[in-house]
Amino acid sequence: MRLMLAALACAASAASTPALADWSGVLAAARGQTVYWNAWGGDPRTNDFIAWVGQQVQERYGVTVEQVKLTDTAEALSRVIAEKAAGRDEGGAVDLIWINGPNFLAMKEAGLLHGPFVADLPNARFVDLSPGAPAALDFTVPVEGLEAPWRLAKFVFAHDSARVTPPASMAGFVDWAAAHPGRMTHPHPSNFMGATFLKQALVELAPDPAALQAPVTEESYAVAADVLWQWYDALRPHMWREGTAFPENESVQAQMLNDTEIDIAMFFDPAAPAALIEQGLLPESARVFVPEGGTIGNVSFVAIPYNAAHREGAMVVADFLLDPATQARMQDITVLGSFPVLDPARLDEAARAAFAALPTAPALPALDDLGPTLPEPHPSWMTRLTGDWAARYTP
Amino acid sequence: MAGRLVGLAVALGIGGPILAGLGFTLLAGFGWMPAIGQAGLGTAPWAAAFAAPGFATGLRLTLWTGLGATVLSLGLALALAQGMARDGGRRMRLIAPLLAVPHAALAIGLAFLIAPSGWIVRLVSPWATGWTTPPAFATTGDPAGLALILGLALKEVPFLMLITLAALSRVPVAAHMAAGRALGHSPASVWVRVIVPQLYPLIRLPVYVVLAFSLSVVDMALILGPSNPPTLSVWILRGYMAPDPAMALPASAAAVMQLGIVACGIGLWHLAERALARIGRAELRRGRRGGVLPQGAVRLAGALGAGLAGGSLLVLMLWSLAWRWPFPAALPETWSLRHWTGRGWGAATLETLWIGAAVVALGALLAIAWLEAEDRAGRRLPLTALVAAPLLIPQIGFLQGLNIAFLHLGLPPGRGTVIWAHLIFVFPYMLLALSGPWRALEPGLIRSAAALGAGPWRRLLAVKLPVLLRPILTAAAIGFSVSVAQYVPTLFMGAGRIATLTTEAVALSSSADRRVVGVYAVLQAILPLAAFMLAIAVPGALHRNRRALAGELTR
Repeated sequence: MRLMLAALACAASAASTPALADWSGVLAAARGQTVYWNAWGGDPRTNDFIAWVGQQVQERYGVTVEQVKLTDTAEALSRVIAEKAAGRDEGGAVDLIWINGPNFLAMKEAGLLHGPFVADLPNARFVDLSPGAPAALDFTVPVEGLEAPWRLAKFVFAHDSARVTPPASMAGFVDWAAAHPGRMTHPHPSNFMGATFLKQALVELAPDPAALQAPVTEESYAVAADVLWQWYDALRPHMWREGTAFPENESVQAQMLNDTEIDIAMFFDPAAPAALIEQGLLPESARVFVPEGGTIGNVSFVAIPYNAAHREGAMVVADFLLDPATQARMQDITVLGSFPVLDPARLDEAARAAFAALPTAPALPALDDLGPTLPEPHPSWMTRLTGDWAARYTP
Repeated sequence: MAGRLVGLAVALGIGGPILAGLGFTLLAGFGWMPAIGQAGLGTAPWAAAFAAPGFATGLRLTLWTGLGATVLSLGLALALAQGMARDGGRRMRLIAPLLAVPHAALAIGLAFLIAPSGWIVRLVSPWATGWTTPPAFATTGDPAGLALILGLALKEVPFLMLITLAALSRVPVAAHMAAGRALGHSPASVWVRVIVPQLYPLIRLPVYVVLAFSLSVVDMALILGPSNPPTLSVWILRGYMAPDPAMALPASAAAVMQLGIVACGIGLWHLAERALARIGRAELRRGRRGGVLPQGAVRLAGALGAGLAGGSLLVLMLWSLAWRWPFPAALPETWSLRHWTGRGWGAATLETLWIGAAVVALGALLAIAWLEAEDRAGRRLPLTALVAAPLLIPQIGFLQGLNIAFLHLGLPPGRGTVIWAHLIFVFPYMLLALSGPWRALEPGLIRSAAALGAGPWRRLLAVKLPVLLRPILTAAAIGFSVSVAQYVPTLFMGAGRIATLTTEAVALSSSADRRVVGVYAVLQAILPLAAFMLAIAVPGALHRNRRALAGELTR
């Protein structure tokens, strides 16, 4: 019922055209504002891209962007929580957050988000916001206009093609690891990417994938987890350091691949290996691979906290991110190399040509090579899964 | 009167935030955090913490690494200080860089050095080892926390050595040495049997600070410590940073628990002190001479430590200049200046400098006011516990509470609150560093000045401060390096808007790019180093024709 209402609300907001007068009011209010964009700061290319966004919106709209570099998105969340604790319901320090999944769900449920605002953005017309569309769902949770999409994420593995042939499926990892002991690992499941690795296996191995789309129940969990842990128990002894230690995140794991300490890395960005090669951070022979059945995909969003001091400026930035020219630049492998969130059917000829003219790279996979995109399980699965993993595998 | 004013300033500026922070942490630890809809007091957060996977292991790890690192550091520092004392501490200058390097930077460098894919293995592979891929041993993040202990020791040994050398001014070393030698003791024997027992009470507080720090360290434990499970402080950090805000409650309970662990650790240490003193007295009565220090081993450990620390800094520099450096090449395959010329490290450097300068100026003013007020009152200010508190109370716990307290006060996060938070941690170090030389100031000098008609202000400005210029600047350099190294206070109090070299370096240390981390870590180390060099050079230049001011008057 709640889902249906949400879908209705979504459809309604997508249907209404933003009043031009409203937007010019937003632009006027935004001029001169400084937007504190809280975004994970672990990727220099993303940081550079955000700096470029700052330059652009400064020139066009007189909005200054300051990136607050986070080591974990939850830092921004705890800051907003601390502000709410102190009764600071206006003039908050966080204006814009790069967010998705459990962090979004937590903020949405705690009423810490401003909006709905997405339908008010002029460039939202290039995005498919219809119910069930990838940009309208965040880990199966309806977005309801509380966060604007900005980049596409799809789970992929990478390997050094000069040294190993990768496994063909998640199930195949067990035999592969037995043949290459100590040469694979995954980030710690308390990290987003580590949890995603487990979810990827869950999606492939679960007897009833449809159950993953609903909130987790004791019954559905018991069935799915049984298969998953059987697989993991077979895999773990062959992992790096016998599965007793794990890299902190996917970047650290990429570094381990570069150091030849392991043979497999994983990313939430199909272009990441090509980008890392270009930066000298992976060997030239690094290549993307995906399990046969496809991989989990989701959309990265930006959200505005309820107490943001520079709400209008934040909206201007969110709108600029959806500009087809911005999205094309984002896909440029020499810039960021991440796939756009726009609906190709809604683009005009010029925009489509801009995308077609982008440079390519040997390690950059074509969209067709990436297999189907599988939906994220409901966030409750991730919480349950990582909690259970910690209980089972923490000495 | 002056004493009261200074006391009030310190109580409000340093004690107030700590108490407020502790208060909010304590409340959250017992379930009271209205912001996330938790307002019922109870012990549920404690139960949740104890039931958390790996909590017991993490607790054991915390105790083992904290106590182990402190025992190792103190033992080595005392043993090594003997050699340092002989040349009047001149070789201490060689150690200044280490003292200056922030914990995070050294930990990053050490990890680059000793990891299975680190520089040491690269230097000897594959020609000597046959390894074409990194060996499968765990030299960082080992489950026993040995890498963490090593990293802590590399930082704490120089600190304790400096404190020891400063305290030596209050022990008549030369006289004891001469007497002991005349009685047929070796210098090492005199050192252990006569000097150290007199020295130890003077350095007890710094030792407790090292113990408390080692029991609650966050950044080094993240980089060098085990991760599954981690030490308690990292567990708390994960709790505060967890996507589920309710995790802040068990994290706060654990923060309160960590306070107890630090208190118990210090209590245990104190008991061990007394037991050791008893054993030592019995040993002394037996009147043996003979070698008590394995001199060769001490020298080897010192050289090894210096080598590891030096290598850590060097490898940071190398990475900052590398483009591609694949395993097992001994040196980068391709070099590049791009990481130095390209990125915007200038702004972070300026921010770091500006905050550090403001904090040190305030800290020096407060420390001098404190010590001068003591002189005028003729007694110690009764606030020592308050000053020691920020050094003994685990940072991660009370800072989350302090963050809420500042917000309650309506203080907007920014440079001002960051400077204030830094001051809480910087002032105690500056006071600790300055109080020894200040109190050891030759009293005859002050009496002579008074006899010549100089009032208290003139005695302060014309006699004390010039004579104490070197220790004041040393204290400032220490304060500056402490300020540069602050991560959690900068992040929390600046609402993440204040980007210093340390916040940038730590944010980037979870990236794939050792080269950029190298740039920030090198800068992070260079700034305090420059401050220490100034602290040595300025008095040298100002006092170049005042030989007696080269330190002797404070010894």
